[in-house]
Amino acid sequence: MPQILCRDLAAGYPGHPVFSGLNFSVNAGDYLCIVGENGAGKTTLMKTLLGLRKPLAGRVEFGDGLTPREIGYLSQQTPVQRDFPASVREVVLSGFQGRMGLRPFYNRAEKEQARENMARLGIEDLAGHCYRDLSGGQQQRVLLARALGAARKLLLLDEPVAGLDPLVTADMYRILRELHQSGMTIVMITHDVSEALPFANRVLHIGKRLFSGSQTEYRSWRAALAAPAGKAG
Amino acid sequence: MDALLSKLLLYLQYPFVIHALIVGLLIALCSSLFGVTLVLKRFSFIGDGLAHVAFGAMAAASVLGFANRTAFILPVTILCAVWLLRGGQSARVKGDAAIAMISVGALAFGYLLLHLFTPSANISADVCGTLFGSASILTLTEEEVWLCAVLSLLMLLVFILFYHKIFYVTFDEDFARAVGTNARLYNLLIALVIAVIIVLSMNLVGSLLISAFVIFPALSAMRLFATFRTVTIGAAVVSVLGALLGLLLAIVAGTPVGATIVAIDALAFFLCTLAGRLRDGATG
Ligand SMILES: Nc1ncnc2c1ncn2[C@@H]1O[C@H](COP(=O)(O)OP(=O)(O)OP(=O)(O)O)[C@@H](O)[C@H]1O
Ligand SMILES: [Mg+2]
Repeated sequence: MPQILCRDLAAGYPGHPVFSGLNFSVNAGDYLCIVGENGAGKTTLMKTLLGLRKPLAGRVEFGDGLTPREIGYLSQQTPVQRDFPASVREVVLSGFQGRMGLRPFYNRAEKEQARENMARLGIEDLAGHCYRDLSGGQQQRVLLARALGAARKLLLLDEPVAGLDPLVTADMYRILRELHQSGMTIVMITHDVSEALPFANRVLHIGKRLFSGSQTEYRSWRAALAAPAGKAG
Repeated sequence: MDALLSKLLLYLQYPFVIHALIVGLLIALCSSLFGVTLVLKRFSFIGDGLAHVAFGAMAAASVLGFANRTAFILPVTILCAVWLLRGGQSARVKGDAAIAMISVGALAFGYLLLHLFTPSANISADVCGTLFGSASILTLTEEEVWLCAVLSLLMLLVFILFYHKIFYVTFDEDFARAVGTNARLYNLLIALVIAVIIVLSMNLVGSLLISAFVIFPALSAMRLFATFRTVTIGAAVVSVLGALLGLLLAIVAGTPVGATIVAIDALAFFLCTLAGRLRDGATG
């Protein structure tokens, strides 16, 4: 049983299905990239996987012992109220809440791991800063650090490198590869086909045509699509 | 000055005054803690609506002649809070009309009840007392004082135990839901606690001033501080000091308790805004 199984999934908004008939699975240890044009429905798919939206049809099933509490998530947009008082440390630590159950306070290990995650993303110096006063790229890194705290088996990322500078972007991919090598399943939405795709073992394309397969299969599928009609397959 | 001081000391010899003071400060403490959440969740208007509901319930309790009115008002207000917040944040816009309906309805209903069934000739004073609190904290029965003390301590405990979780679900509810947290349950808990806080605060400041009493300290702290922890502590300090000053002043000067406390809270808000401006002006 894969960690996530989508059967005949249709998702979208009431009266406005974005895609339908999607079948694919995510297995433990996968590094899956989800690609497609703007507005193709990638974010909608991820929200449906996470249960933030109800599927219009079909099913999303979790298997292989995966529970939502072992998932880390970085959303494409995080609308945080302008006046919300929150320090970087408070935000990063809150990533552990899912796994804490009813335990009221963070333990030593969690505080230490939060510090490590902040160091990993180069935001250790910002720990005491106010979240809302950071730049967009800095905020993105804070939310990533929070997602790392939540992720124990699976990390879902919606355009994680959007807004990051080239240096941090390269770092980001290195971190994801390390996590992947240590056994984390990675599912990432990206437009960065040239940089991000090489790390992926699986690719899912969302759009008018749906595609799911290995990286080489994806490349030949693209090539076939680009080729003159008649050859496509 | 001496006369005022001796008057104060005289009052403070009575145990019921001391009890009222302690309960008042406890109520101020927990209302300010959850006031931060109320402001951040944009639930301020719900607080106002619930306060009116509590007024209606209070009127009903007086007419029905309950000795322990709080014990009647509390469940009614809690039920309304849960009903209003059942849809969570997404139902907020639709909820607006419902809240307006309930709050104005409860106000009219409560006033009508008092008008029809209160034997005393001085009905406007009675209504005024319920709306603005008069010296009501000093007129609470022994039983009510105990109930208030126990409830405030309980709310305090809930706040301490759920402090990090309140931050977590308030800061980013989508993330919380995505990683498997039952955000709806926490919203319910928050609604419940807010209802309790409102009923408690009504005893101190009366229904019309509850919102101001609960929200001013939070807003004051938010002018000065920028992390959840410092805002929480700041709000608590402002609220407790304001309530202490207000209560003492009300005793000495014979002013209405609720109005005095809220006036001091408003002054504190003004000062904090000014201090915040000055500081930002100095650094930026
Ligand atoms: N709240 C909403 N209500 C109705 N339609 C929506 C809503 N959010 C998105 N859509 C529509 O759903 C479609 C898919 O949007 P989605 O955000 O999933 O695209 P995406 O693939 O993530 O695009 P991008 O690459 O720009 O992030 C779009 O056509 C969009 O207009
Ligand atoms: Mg998107």
